[in-house]
Amino acid sequence: MRGLFPALLLLVAALFLASLLTGPAGLPAMDALRALALGGDGPLPIVMREIRLPRAILGVAVGAGLGLTGAALQGYLRNPLAEPGLIGISGMAALGAVIAIQTGLSLVAALALPLAALVGAAAGVAMLVALAGPRGGSVTLILAGVAISALAGAGTALVLNLSPNPYAASEIVFWLMGSLADKSMLHVWLALPPMLLGAALILTTRHALDALTLGEAAAQTLGMAGPSLRWRLIAGTALIVGPATAVAGAIGFVGLVVPHVLRPWVGARPSALLPASALGGAALLLASDIAVRLIVPDRDLKLGVLTAIVGAPLFLHLIWKTRSGGRV
Amino acid sequence: MVLTVTRLSVTRRRRPVLHGVSLALNPGEFVGLIGPNGAGKSSLMEAALGLIPFTGISTLAAMPADRRARHAAYLPQSREIAWPVSVADLVALGRIPWPGGGRSGIDRIATDAAIARMGLEPFRKRTALRLSGGEQNRALIARALAQDTPLLIADEPIAGLDPAQQLACLRLFRELAGEGRTVLASIHDLGLAARFCSRLVLLSNGHVLADGPPEAVLRDDLLRRAFNITVRRVDTPDGPAILPV
Amino acid sequence: MRGCVRRSDAILAAAVLIAAALPAGAAPQRVVSMNLCSDQLAMMLAAPEQLVSVSSLAQDPRLSPMADQAAAYKANTGRAEEIYLMRPDLVIAGTYTPPATVAMLRRLGIRVETPPPAEDFDAIRADITRMGDWLGQPQAARDLLARFDADLAAARRPGGRGRAALYEANGFTSGPDTLAGSILEAAGYANIAADHGISATTTLPLELLVMSDPDRLITGAKWPGQSQGEAILDHPALAAFPGRAQVTDLNWTCGTPFVTRAIRSLE
Repeated sequence: MRGLFPALLLLVAALFLASLLTGPAGLPAMDALRALALGGDGPLPIVMREIRLPRAILGVAVGAGLGLTGAALQGYLRNPLAEPGLIGISGMAALGAVIAIQTGLSLVAALALPLAALVGAAAGVAMLVALAGPRGGSVTLILAGVAISALAGAGTALVLNLSPNPYAASEIVFWLMGSLADKSMLHVWLALPPMLLGAALILTTRHALDALTLGEAAAQTLGMAGPSLRWRLIAGTALIVGPATAVAGAIGFVGLVVPHVLRPWVGARPSALLPASALGGAALLLASDIAVRLIVPDRDLKLGVLTAIVGAPLFLHLIWKTRSGGRV
Repeated sequence: MVLTVTRLSVTRRRRPVLHGVSLALNPGEFVGLIGPNGAGKSSLMEAALGLIPFTGISTLAAMPADRRARHAAYLPQSREIAWPVSVADLVALGRIPWPGGGRSGIDRIATDAAIARMGLEPFRKRTALRLSGGEQNRALIARALAQDTPLLIADEPIAGLDPAQQLACLRLFRELAGEGRTVLASIHDLGLAARFCSRLVLLSNGHVLADGPPEAVLRDDLLRRAFNITVRRVDTPDGPAILPV
Repeated sequence: MRGCVRRSDAILAAAVLIAAALPAGAAPQRVVSMNLCSDQLAMMLAAPEQLVSVSSLAQDPRLSPMADQAAAYKANTGRAEEIYLMRPDLVIAGTYTPPATVAMLRRLGIRVETPPPAEDFDAIRADITRMGDWLGQPQAARDLLARFDADLAAARRPGGRGRAALYEANGFTSGPDTLAGSILEAAGYANIAADHGISATTTLPLELLVMSDPDRLITGAKWPGQSQGEAILDHPALAAFPGRAQVTDLNWTCGTPFVTRAIRSLE
């Protein structure tokens, strides 16, 4: 258990490096890293700094954000099925992003894109917490998630179909499945600051999430779980999932798989699960993003396809366990 | 006074459940809260803790959240453990209101003492969810002990326990009172309440029907009014036994 | 039964072929074209009053080099119902027309032709001749072909002008076997798609494009509204080709004599 964090850090660092060195161009590793660090003339530094570096950074940031918010939502709702992608928060963020893009707001001010996605995500979490708050069971949570996802998906499809742009309609796949292909440093600068703020906000909830292990009433008498907790959690989740979805689309299951796998390693303590899931999420997303480039190098296989292949069976397994009355 | 409640009224879903209840708890008292289902026992405890809206005054609810958490520990009726944490981690949750947040030296001493007192050493590293109901209950009480508060409020702490566990739990509460703490617990078993509590409060229809030493509260006329039953008293060497008939 | 149907299809196809080869006297009187590329050839070759309707795309100045002429015709949006109501005796669709629409029109007894898109200059020449035959205007077709050949010969440049890349929304590039590739080659440029073994139109990862370091970058035109697919054309990595970038236009879209303008645009 002590060695978990160093091991995860090492894994993330190794995968980050691997992500930088993976690509269709098959660049020699040493030349590539030299070009990344020192720059120089020719196309090599452009490929490393403008194409591969933002992709690797976003892999870490989006993965960590999804892992962290998954762990935080699960701790708050005391339900291992909570996950920003499955319960419609990412979908709502995508709807916000699509509206910002199609109304042209994102052209007027680049910040409008992550902001609109943030507003969408916040609306998604707020709806979910209202429908299936800490006292709602798994069934309520999943049903609320299905409803919110359906609403967000339909809204996204509607906005894209109304667009005068012939390519827009085919982009529903990107918003539903997510991809890190061909993102630039601009996306990094748009997404990273709000995501860091959200992470800081969520980390302040860690003791309250621990206390919630005992139920809402007991947590309240421990001086935790007041109304401010709910707002910090909603705002933190929106600040992370909104911008992450605005640049990478809705990537599901990361926030489900990672906390589930790491929970036994941290003694199931929600406070310890938060940083562990952030690191685990970064590792999972980097690995998935490397895999999509290796499996079909010349096509943009969506990231969500891979995470769903890993995550959906686990999701079914968790539902099965909930159904048969067992604890997870 | 450890807790003073004055003219406390609670309305739930437009239905009044408590009417102007006043109560004062002193150090060293083990107060049993008795009354039929729906009399307002849980509501009284929750309102006194500030968990539900009420009118009137509760000195506890008036405290800021962090001070209240160091003044009163609460054992809710639903013995909830959401995640498979170890017993030691579960008990350490009681230290959250204190400066170390559960990880300082003092926190560890308090946690260890609570574990030892509840006889949980063999289970320290065990997953709390894998314990039996009685063991889980002990672990949750140990959590409340680790919180190290002058007041412990427990909602039906012996419900669902076997006789040995019930006795152990009530003995512990009596010991705590002997140490100068105050315990407020709702209890359904009138005989056990009479034997262990230093004072009983009888609630009926949201009113305090009687408040005082057990023999003064468990009077036939009061019990008939509150529970609509008659009781038979048998004096035994271990104290009075009360049989509802 | 199945065999019978097949045979009757074959007979029908033969009849259509024979009909196509009939002299001008049997020329169709009410022709409807429903794809942007055949619209243009039909407008160039049809006799007055012979062409009834063109696709609505042909009237879009962003897409069609003949938008002005097309405005004189009734526009169709490619639905079987509206086309049937125009009472055509020849419908020129395309290989990308929804098969259900084509089948419906044929079931209604209308002759429907589905020419494939032309991917090189020989195909354009063949298309001109074939359109002339369908419309019963072989002389007009011969004249147009002669003008096209002369234009093409004038626009062509010898090779060796450098390496160029075609790049469109969603990271698509076009290889030598495409119309855009043919235009590039005629203008004297080597197509970098060939370096990556690409002959048709497919995706080319952005970093391979950057590593190819082309002398000229020809990107697809942007549409109104926004799309993620087009966002790749604004990627900072492409800003590394200052002065080398150029945008394709409507002359690149169809295999018509207008491709000579596209070739000249690369001067």
